Amino acid sequence: MKRSTLILLKTGTWVGCLWPLALLVYGAVTNTLGPDPVSKMALTTGYTTLVLLLVSLAVTPARKLVPKLNWLIKFRRLLGLFAFFYATVHLLTYVALYAGFDVNTMATDITKRRFIMSGMAAFLLLLPLAATSTTWAIRKMGGKNWNRLHKLVYVAAIAGIVHYWWQVKPGVLSPLRLTVVLAVLLLARPVLAVVQRRKTRAA
Amino acid sequence: MLIGKPAAIPSSEITCKDMYVNRRRFLRGAAAAGVAALGAERVGRLISPGIEALAGTKLQTVKSGLTTTGEDLTSYNDVTHYNNFYEFGVEKDEPAMHAGALPTRPWTIRVDGKVAKPKTFDIEELLKLRPLEDRVYRHRCVEAWSMVIPWVGYSLSEFIKQCEPLSTAKYVQFLSYYDSKVELWASRSAIRWPYSEGLRMDEALNPLTLLTFGLYGEVLPNQNGAPVRIVVPWKYGFKSAKSIVAVRFLDKQPPTTWNDMSPGEYGFYSNVNPGVDHPRWSQKVERRIGEPFYKAGRGTLLYNGYGSMVASMYDGMNLKKNY
Repeated sequence: MKRSTLILLKTGTWVGCLWPLALLVYGAVTNTLGPDPVSKMALTTGYTTLVLLLVSLAVTPARKLVPKLNWLIKFRRLLGLFAFFYATVHLLTYVALYAGFDVNTMATDITKRRFIMSGMAAFLLLLPLAATSTTWAIRKMGGKNWNRLHKLVYVAAIAGIVHYWWQVKPGVLSPLRLTVVLAVLLLARPVLAVVQRRKTRAA
Repeated sequence: MLIGKPAAIPSSEITCKDMYVNRRRFLRGAAAAGVAALGAERVGRLISPGIEALAGTKLQTVKSGLTTTGEDLTSYNDVTHYNNFYEFGVEKDEPAMHAGALPTRPWTIRVDGKVAKPKTFDIEELLKLRPLEDRVYRHRCVEAWSMVIPWVGYSLSEFIKQCEPLSTAKYVQFLSYYDSKVELWASRSAIRWPYSEGLRMDEALNPLTLLTFGLYGEVLPNQNGAPVRIVVPWKYGFKSAKSIVAVRFLDKQPPTTWNDMSPGEYGFYSNVNPGVDHPRWSQKVERRIGEPFYKAGRGTLLYNGYGSMVASMYDGMNLKKNY
């Protein structure tokens, strides 16, 4: 890929990833976030986190399916870090706007409420991944260890989707779409591995 | 004291004019969208009784001694664009977009069960049964947000008198309109329709329980439960059934929609109570709709502040068990 194309695509990724936040900030400043601005912020940042996590999880299967798309790997770290960024903002909306920085409220929520627990678990699982996202960390840890650690992203994504299901009322199926996407992306891995093994054996 | 003095100004005069104008434009759009969504064969039926004529209709109202004072009203726009009406979609802004499809005329309420004899009431008859009162009530959703809404209607007890319930009637069940061909969005959630709600007889007869036909001095917009709904201000909002087509008097507690879906989260009583948490969140505080995001939530009041009118009905009852 040409360097200029890459720069263009990276710029596009940055703009795309920052877009939901820009809309929220604009809405907050102009007070146009609708009737319930607090839930709008929490829902938008939470949803964006999950979407970005799923997009970053789509990179590997896409590359395996279409070898021409190998360059996608150059975007995975950016997507993952943006997912972590939105998870952090999402957590902050909870801490500031729902819990009002009240430690007792947060302690009760984290210990008593499973939807908060699962969300918190997802965030804590993403934390070491974000911390070891630098090239320096990869080198220091060695590729194998780094890869092993970063398998946690699967658990984090599942915890995030569970958090979504436990947040909505029973009977509401809004999380279904993202759940199906995650299931496909997770299943694609063993399936593609089997296909590849067959191919190499045949060759 | 929270209840008692009637408002000095009729609520219909409080909203600023441009909001009224915008609302009409919106309702026209909603009606048009509904017509478009329904397809050709229904268009004639929808246009002829004139949804448009209904939507902007001002109601003749009188003052009420049961109105809530000392609260700022939630704007007409927020009251009509932030709705839980899952038959028209699970997102808060969906009912405003989709409820134009609801055919509000002709409309009847079927009354049966433990009554002298089953009857059917026409909506026009119900509108004339008693003078329509302006009643401002706080509205507290189980999801921890709240509004202040100027409803229009009269006490449900006035209607119940006309139903002639037998002495064996201990509960009242309300069933909402359901037609899967009109409410195309209902099947997107795994809920058993029609929506069903219920009250104990004494709760239904409490003068605060309102048979509601309008808000802001005008006919209810469809997304708010047109043409007739129940409003029970001391209970979480889901107890206030919308667009009701049947009222049943029963000798035992009726099945109710959210209680059936998740009994641990949504009790039959569901009285507003800051002391009993929802399993997934605290009910101690609420967000007032329309307020900026940085404003702190306000403390939720027991029985939503209507304790002086309703607390005696629950004397001796364990509110933690009977949530």
